[in-house]
Amino acid sequence: MTPLAGCLLVSALLFSIGLAGALTRRSAILVLAGIELMLNAANLNFIAFWRFGAHPEFLTGLIFVIFSIAVAAAEAAVGLALILAIYRHARTSDVSEITEMKG
Amino acid sequence: MGMTFSFLILAIMTLAGGVAAMTMRRLVHCALALVVSFAGLAALYLNLGAEFAGLAQLLVYVGAIAILIVFAILLTRGGEGEPEGSFSPSPAGIAGAVAALAVFAVLTWAVETSSVARAGAAVAAPQTTMREIGFALMQRYVLPLEVIALMLTAALIGAVILALREKRNEPADGTAQKQGLRA
Repeated sequence: MTPLAGCLLVSALLFSIGLAGALTRRSAILVLAGIELMLNAANLNFIAFWRFGAHPEFLTGLIFVIFSIAVAAAEAAVGLALILAIYRHARTSDVSEITEMKG
Repeated sequence: MGMTFSFLILAIMTLAGGVAAMTMRRLVHCALALVVSFAGLAALYLNLGAEFAGLAQLLVYVGAIAILIVFAILLTRGGEGEPEGSFSPSPAGIAGAVAALAVFAVLTWAVETSSVARAGAAVAAPQTTMREIGFALMQRYVLPLEVIALMLTAALIGAVILALREKRNEPADGTAQKQGLRA
């Protein structure tokens, strides 16, 4: 197995773990954590393709990962603020109990 | 050349952290396992020669997002445990696990059959300096950088407004928030 294939397999496993968590866990915070894991798996792919790809001197994958980390930080901040607002309103952070959008 | 020994150890650490974060019952334990997974990923980036991305991952994920998640857990009283049962053996839970397994099977099949992954033989690690990354960010990618800066500002304001919404009744906080927004 080449190093690139190893990276891609690790990334696929991490993505599946995050997906399984996001689909099966009931706490909204853990759903967000699963989404973060999936995002990180994609970042690992970018780094792997940058490292073992054709033109690493253009830095495309590396720069994309840096931007992706910045977007993930914003996403986590807004997501957790939303969870806090929903918790204050509905007194729960269980995604299976939040069934209506009307306040 | 196959995968190096250090890569294997870091990959196992990352994956074990991820599995623990998604299966443990107490939310605080999940957050701590998530920190292990994020730190393992940062070490993987360092191992692959992406020093700047690895350190940014360490700062942003381990330093900020993990702390944010712990704060959210404590503020939503999730630290007292998840009484409703974290793993639901319901049909929906099983369907979610099966869907994740199917996605993994498809991804593994794609990796195993692609010629790109097989051709990615051992190449020397690209020598990138901080100087080159800085020039790339300031010249070639300066427009995305500005957009990201604008988006981070918008997200920050949005998160503050969302989290403070119910506190409008309190006069001191409400006026302070409005003045802060107008300034």
